[in-house]
Amino acid sequence: MEIKFILNGKQVSVDVSPSMRLLDVIRDKFHLTGTKEGCGEGECGACTVLVNNEPYNSCLTPVINIVNKEVITIEGFRETKAYRIIADAFAEMGGSQCGFCTPGMILATYAVLKKNPHPTEEEIRFALSGNLCRCTGYQSIVFAVLKASEKGIEL
Amino acid sequence: MLPNYKTSVKKVDNEEKMSGMAIFTGDIRMDNAHFAIPVRSTVSYGKLLKINVPSLPKGYYFISAKDIVKENVCNIIASDWPVFPDKEVHYKGETIGLIVGPDKKICIDLASMTHADYKELEPVFEMKNSYVHKEFKKGNPEVFKKASKVYSESFETGYQEQVYLEPQGMLIWMDGNKITIKASMQCPFYIKKAVTRTLGCSEDKVRVIQPAVGGAFGGKEHYPSLMAAQLATAIVKIKKPIKMIFDRKEDITFTTKRHPSKTDISAYLDDKNNILGVKIHVGIDGGAYIGCSMVVLARALIAATNAYTFENVDISGDAYCTNKVPSAAFRGFGSPQSIFAIEMFINHLADFLHVNHYELRNKYLVKTGDITSTNGVFRDPIILDKLINRAMEMSDYQRKKKEYSKPNSYRGIGMSYFLHGCGFTGSGESTIINAQLRIKKDKNDIVTFYTSQVDFGQGNRTTLKRIVVDTLGIPEDHVIYGAPDTDETLSTGPTAASRTIIIVGGLAAKAARHLKEIWKDGEEQEIIEPYVGPSYIKWDDDTMQGDAYPGYAWGVNVIEISVDPITYEVTIEGCWSTYDVGHAIDERILIGQADGGLAQAIGWAYLEKEEMENGVFKQRTLSDYVIPTMMDLSKMETEFIDNPFPYGAFGAKGAGELTFAGGAPAFCAALEQAINRKVNKIPATPEFIMELIEHGN
Repeated sequence: MEIKFILNGKQVSVDVSPSMRLLDVIRDKFHLTGTKEGCGEGECGACTVLVNNEPYNSCLTPVINIVNKEVITIEGFRETKAYRIIADAFAEMGGSQCGFCTPGMILATYAVLKKNPHPTEEEIRFALSGNLCRCTGYQSIVFAVLKASEKGIEL
Repeated sequence: MLPNYKTSVKKVDNEEKMSGMAIFTGDIRMDNAHFAIPVRSTVSYGKLLKINVPSLPKGYYFISAKDIVKENVCNIIASDWPVFPDKEVHYKGETIGLIVGPDKKICIDLASMTHADYKELEPVFEMKNSYVHKEFKKGNPEVFKKASKVYSESFETGYQEQVYLEPQGMLIWMDGNKITIKASMQCPFYIKKAVTRTLGCSEDKVRVIQPAVGGAFGGKEHYPSLMAAQLATAIVKIKKPIKMIFDRKEDITFTTKRHPSKTDISAYLDDKNNILGVKIHVGIDGGAYIGCSMVVLARALIAATNAYTFENVDISGDAYCTNKVPSAAFRGFGSPQSIFAIEMFINHLADFLHVNHYELRNKYLVKTGDITSTNGVFRDPIILDKLINRAMEMSDYQRKKKEYSKPNSYRGIGMSYFLHGCGFTGSGESTIINAQLRIKKDKNDIVTFYTSQVDFGQGNRTTLKRIVVDTLGIPEDHVIYGAPDTDETLSTGPTAASRTIIIVGGLAAKAARHLKEIWKDGEEQEIIEPYVGPSYIKWDDDTMQGDAYPGYAWGVNVIEISVDPITYEVTIEGCWSTYDVGHAIDERILIGQADGGLAQAIGWAYLEKEEMENGVFKQRTLSDYVIPTMMDLSKMETEFIDNPFPYGAFGAKGAGELTFAGGAPAFCAALEQAINRKVNKIPATPEFIMELIEHGN
């Protein structure tokens, strides 16, 4: 069936099965590969996208659920000022190593800071616990979120 | 206070990775690519009588042992793992063939309809049939007979899955008559060798190119060689590009793991409770094929006395053949298993002798000039005492140790000491690897250099480039250094064994120094720099005698935990670490290695349970194989103490694997204090802790 939604600011339409995973629609139909599949069952957060500014595991989201909603992937988000501030903070604190979790982690960071612009370390650890990273031990990511919060993401 | 990394430079791959622009194997678009779906053995051990393949639609293929072009061997270190089994299968999940075709769903259906007939044989799951045995001695173990007391214990560690965030994947296609491969991998030349060997083709017929790689930790050192040999066999037949990308479940269930281990240690004591010597046996579960297990065993044995010098030593070990998924490389390569054992043992021995842990450990602490357990020499300055003192200071260890010893505190603090031998064992760098590094300069004085080192997150692309930039003293944008492509680079060896900075970094610095010496503005120049190891390193692999490694890195971990007295859940309260990695070139990158390695080790110690049931893993997804989340870990404080190593680039030694070695024993020492029980086995899950508390040791 035809599914209409807003993808990175543009109205789009795609003819797919309504149960197709949003992740596959983004990667295979729109060839946006910044959204990653790490587990396919909502455990790792590598597939995180923003749906109406809320973080979603796109691997668990049937595309029918996003009809007429606004989806932002890393390819759309990287054009924003907030991305620049968060990405610079990740670079400064060493928050990205292999990079496979990073686009999802950055979108999740934005969602955290949007809700709570000055989180404590504990609040960050709680809010980002759905995004797995096997490289960093997380300390540098926690520091990166604190750094971005210090600068303010200019919402 | 947020850190300020004064010694660090901007990582070269930051922007592509954060913006989602980095292209990983699964992101590569090749519209005509076919898909390969493995058909796997359903028995643990049996004769393969017949494979029943359903009738295949046009354009679909079944590739198996009958399609082998030249040699049915997957080249790892041993040559016992077949590309596809032809007579017998040796573990459940072994790939007996591939269904290849243009539609992935149809391939999956066809693979599920493909069944083999087997004559089942009795599988072995326990560690009882040794396929590799090694032993060596130091001093005179005969004195053990004069001991007035012997203290013995056993220790066990479990499987561990790497959980690189990007699962295994490979893309293969024909570029003219050349087989070309992009894959999530660690060692491009291992893959190339595996392909040329099974096809019997010349080296110029195979090219391996590295795309972005989403973590590896040892898990992509050998398994990609098997995938490559299988896909190369397929592409020779069908001549179409083929993609094989594993999902997480397939990756966890069927790819290689950290070796489970069982270590037995006995200390022989005289009548004044001095340790006359130790006897250690390390057993590791190698799974169905040897692969690299003999080298993992060697590393486990060499590390078995860890940071202690004993005058008389009797060390032996076996890698056992079992009908299970083969075990292979994982950060530490055997040494974390034996270091866990000796670290726990020495504390238990102190308790047995009614002496302070710290005092007993320090009495036998290794010093510069000591003879190693393989009768080599610890030549380079050892600053372990400084590392220990600083870690104790940072963590307030002494005060906390005393405070938490009150009954029912359910809180504990533990400390571990550890070493890691950097580079290949013994003289392997000069005799087996023989790295050669090419560096060239064009007419515009732009320098390009090539290595086969893969950056799968460690930051080595940044640091290797920096070594060349700083040595030449030219601007950063005058040096080009990309990801490996076997058509461009000579082999500088695998990305393994904590050798990248100490060995390849040293080689890159040397090549750059030589280029600088002959530099002529505006001229094309090229140097091929061969690795020449320190001449004093002598090693005999058969007798396991001599200098086991070109250099050693050292570390100390302190971990503080609390245990919930009702649920027995553990909370990590703090982690403090000090390391001697020679000279720390880029602190931010090294902190990444330190925190990441420790996190993975803590996961191994108490969260990551991978059980076998009838020859298959019970935990097959990230919902049941649990790795640490942000909430499972605490703040980590890490310091590097400078101790430049003369043979490394800018004084650097290895760091990648070292950071894994001490997490489990430091965690378990803290746990022992918190629950007042001995811990001889990991993972120490809440169920295991409950058992210990309620039933005692």
